[in-house]
Amino acid sequence: MDGLNSVLFKDIDEPGLNTIAVFQRRGGYEMLRRALTMEPAAVLDEMLASGVRGRGGAGFAMGRKMSFIPKGTMDKYLVCNADESEPGTFKDRELMQKNPHQLIEGIIIGAYCIGANKAFIYIRGEYVHQADVLDAAVKEAYAAGFLGQRILGSEHSLDLVVHRGAGAYICGEETALLDSLEGKRGNPRLKPPFPAVQGLYQGPTLINNVETLMNVPYILRVGGAEYAKVGTETSTGTKLISISGQVKKPGNYEIVLGTKVRDILFELAGGPHDGQTFKAFFPGGSSSPVLPLSDDVLELPYDFDSIAKAGSMLGSGAIIVFDERTSIVDVCYKTAHFYRHESCGKCSPCREGTNWTEKMLKRIKLGEATPMDLDIMASVQEQIMGNCLCVLGDAMAMPVSSMIKNFRPEFEAYIEAARERNGLGAATVQVNRGRNAGPGPMLVPAGQEPTALAY
Amino acid sequence: MAIDPSTVRRYAHGSRVPGWDEAADLDKDPASIPDPATTPVPAHVRAEIERYMASYPDLRSAAIPSLMVVQREHGWLSPQAIEQAACVMRLTPAYLTAVATFYDMFELAPKGRFDVFVCTNISCSILGADEIYRAIGEATADDPQFNVRPFECLGACEIGPMASVDGEYVGPLTGDDVLRLIEDLKAGRPVLEDKQLRRRKAASDHWRENA
Repeated sequence: MDGLNSVLFKDIDEPGLNTIAVFQRRGGYEMLRRALTMEPAAVLDEMLASGVRGRGGAGFAMGRKMSFIPKGTMDKYLVCNADESEPGTFKDRELMQKNPHQLIEGIIIGAYCIGANKAFIYIRGEYVHQADVLDAAVKEAYAAGFLGQRILGSEHSLDLVVHRGAGAYICGEETALLDSLEGKRGNPRLKPPFPAVQGLYQGPTLINNVETLMNVPYILRVGGAEYAKVGTETSTGTKLISISGQVKKPGNYEIVLGTKVRDILFELAGGPHDGQTFKAFFPGGSSSPVLPLSDDVLELPYDFDSIAKAGSMLGSGAIIVFDERTSIVDVCYKTAHFYRHESCGKCSPCREGTNWTEKMLKRIKLGEATPMDLDIMASVQEQIMGNCLCVLGDAMAMPVSSMIKNFRPEFEAYIEAARERNGLGAATVQVNRGRNAGPGPMLVPAGQEPTALAY
Repeated sequence: MAIDPSTVRRYAHGSRVPGWDEAADLDKDPASIPDPATTPVPAHVRAEIERYMASYPDLRSAAIPSLMVVQREHGWLSPQAIEQAACVMRLTPAYLTAVATFYDMFELAPKGRFDVFVCTNISCSILGADEIYRAIGEATADDPQFNVRPFECLGACEIGPMASVDGEYVGPLTGDDVLRLIEDLKAGRPVLEDKQLRRRKAASDHWRENA
């Protein structure tokens, strides 16, 4: 396949790549030297020309994000978001473990570009080995003069601290990450002001994902315009995708954006287990709406816009596939359970919505539910979306409502079978009176006009 | 002070019985910073916490690393552990408790010394992680040395079903690995050496070699 493992994953398993000696032999830190001879604005121009979009999930153009950082002499910060906790995502882990110096080089260049003198890598606490690797690499970089005061004789100084989290998905959200980094509970903040204006310690802050920052030295090497030639017009460059679930060859692969979904699932990932057929997949981590694997979907190019047009999102590039053996209700329950557990509790729609969705799914699994519960659940999702400070609630609402929409017959069959098991018999046919009907019991058989009961 | 979750009384439907959060000692001022004269802190713990405090523009940023230090020293975040961290950082124990209760990796009740976190999220569970978790739980049920917890996605879905054993990622786990994992831990050996994630190559190479 074209462009497979061609940039960030090129020779990633070379022995000793995590040491500065091997990294420099491969041309590492050369781009830092070149960047320091350029004006920061010229570095920014290369990033803008490359069109590289953030690899963390939101897909916002990195160069534009950098250009939002105000000029001036105030304390500015660069934060590398390595709190990779989205279910199904594990690309940053492999990058940091095997090639930590390229991340450090990207951070130094990025910090030079925006004029930050203090940078942090916020790595999730579970990545013990990776954080140790980064700590050792940072120490080497200090010893070699790439970090600290007056880097390589230039005017630029930078301190880099590896900060370990302690296990909270929400800290991957940029403002929650900043709160956590300031030593508080990781609650998201109201936006605006955006972190680019008022972020860490109230200073302008640039927050980027590991993979995005690791692309920076490569973009400088080939030039922004050259970088933009790879991939599609609006999704430039290569992207690491993490494939997991019921496939033969799960793992991280680097592809050119725009590769067909069919090629990814059947060539790279080796197809389904023997004798199975694919049922559906999450195209971009557990927060993305589930797409059934029809022929149309298999023909889609895997890039930001095509996946969005198909009704889902590319997110962090984490593909979770499941085959016909897996019940959609189990997947839905696991998804809801995760977000219920990880909701920080600051906004009610998310705190209550995730909680009740999980409880209703539990009800379905225990065989106490009726088909009406599906409508209630779907309406709960609608009321979460767009009503919170951050998108954690939406991240549950989107996949759950997509599963109810795409697999409603399976949900209904599951409910019937579970009721049967439970000795409750078939549920009475009921209709939902719709979201505008107001409070009242929804216990009217199909075909009859519902009348609200007075309490 | 930290409330031991196992002692909180609950109704059958899961809500806590009113009064669960009432202070045990109403005379105590919750906002006092521990007095260094009466709160002994081991020198190496103090040095480590102070080193963290120095590396941030705001010393409160060192809250998570410092709590990790005292948790490692005490085995869990006991009231004494939090007081020691609070004493060095000149913060109230209440502030640090608020931080500690937010994050999954802080243990607010005594626990065993072997941490086994089994991922039970989507990718792992569709490959049988729930059975693995149950098997490990049953095999270690009467050994207080083990702290077996179901965990949300640990970020190693390619080796699902997987577990983090004292920070070491191992997988893909099968039913046969459960006893081996427990024996390795008890004997102090590296856990499941052939299944450690850190030895695994990138997917393209791994599958070429293990076709």
